[in-house]
Amino acid sequence: MNKLITPSEVLKYIDNEDTLLVGGFGLSGTPLTLLDEIAESGKKDLTIVSNNLGEPAKGLGKLLLAGCLKKAVGTYFTTNRDAVSAWNAGELEIDLIPQGTLAEAIRSAGAGIGGFYTKTAVGTKIAEGKEEKIIDGERYLLEKAIKGDVSLIKALKADSLGNLIYDHTARNFNPVMATASEIVIAEADEIVDEIPPSEIVTPHIYVDYLVKNKYVKKGGVYVERV
Amino acid sequence: MLSESDRIKIAKRVAEGLEDGAFVNLGVGIPTLIPDYLKGKQVFLQSENGLLGIGPTPDEKNINMDLISAGKKPITMDKGASLFDSSDAFAMIRGGHVDVAVLGALQVGHYGEIANWAVPGKTILGVGGAMDLVAGVKKIILASTHQSKNGNPKLIDKLTFPSSGARKADMLVTEHAVFKFTYDGPELVEILSDISIGELRKITGTEFKEKITTSEGKETC
Repeated sequence: MNKLITPSEVLKYIDNEDTLLVGGFGLSGTPLTLLDEIAESGKKDLTIVSNNLGEPAKGLGKLLLAGCLKKAVGTYFTTNRDAVSAWNAGELEIDLIPQGTLAEAIRSAGAGIGGFYTKTAVGTKIAEGKEEKIIDGERYLLEKAIKGDVSLIKALKADSLGNLIYDHTARNFNPVMATASEIVIAEADEIVDEIPPSEIVTPHIYVDYLVKNKYVKKGGVYVERV
Repeated sequence: MLSESDRIKIAKRVAEGLEDGAFVNLGVGIPTLIPDYLKGKQVFLQSENGLLGIGPTPDEKNINMDLISAGKKPITMDKGASLFDSSDAFAMIRGGHVDVAVLGALQVGHYGEIANWAVPGKTILGVGGAMDLVAGVKKIILASTHQSKNGNPKLIDKLTFPSSGARKADMLVTEHAVFKFTYDGPELVEILSDISIGELRKITGTEFKEKITTSEGKETC
């Protein structure tokens, strides 16, 4: 069973108008190699579910500038000024979701749960149009699960089966996103022979394809390999 | 504009009130100064991007941008730290396992209503974890300037900015005063500057009760 594919092969699995769950918190834990391929592919009208839209011209910021995006679903977009201008110009739809609700909505989709009730955002603008329910005397909002067509995640190491581990806080949304799409593609810095079972964070049942990261880490950040 | 010494004063006062062994989530802005003033107290700092046990800022040689705070700044890990994914991080927050959240505030209502994520008339494209923290953490302390940059009071009768949730704050610490919120409104429990109570009333946008305690009887946060 060989899950390793080349970066460009990834495009076979992504269609225009797909919903992509993309790991990362800012640029940390973002699959930069996969995103480069999509940015250059001419794919259109994608919906991206991710905490942010990268940074200007970096990570998901590249897809935005390349005109691949229709909509962004996430928690914090003001750190990418291009996202703010695209939204102001009416070129990008944005669905703002509290960060814990986003994580739980993706986790739910991966666990076969259709939705859940949470206290987060009760009585706020974000609650507008959502069902409210009193449970044991407390107000809760109904939030629906969020699933994707394809998840693009970033690991530190993968074994050839697709078991994954992550680098420190680069884990963030990656493990839940690995459970919540029809197709899951993981980018890893290294493909190793074996990861000790007690260290595996994402078991390979969730992972369909592996791609090797073309970037290398220097001075604590990923840079192009020279 | 608030001076650095006032920002430090607020951070120090919040730090003094945190209890040894507490699990604490710090928001951006003034709350990020708090770790410098814990004076050997063991407080476990939780970061919603997946870490319990934030340590000191690393020197430049040891930066890893995959070990960062929720404010996306490089950090280190204390002994006993643990790493987890975003859904576990928010289970801690939303499930009431985190003892204290120290957050900034744009406005605070008479009963401790919180507005800390959006300003009317401006593009609203960021909420982050603010609403999860407000809804789920056991105790909410607001660390904020007494007035906005335009000189408007932040503590007011009723919010005019969008609310961050139904849940109310427990305490507000500014450069001038510490307020505790009760079911019938704010109580002034400490004065932190040389301001008189009369002057404090002038720069505060709602009525408050006076319940000043002695320095020995300081409110814990």
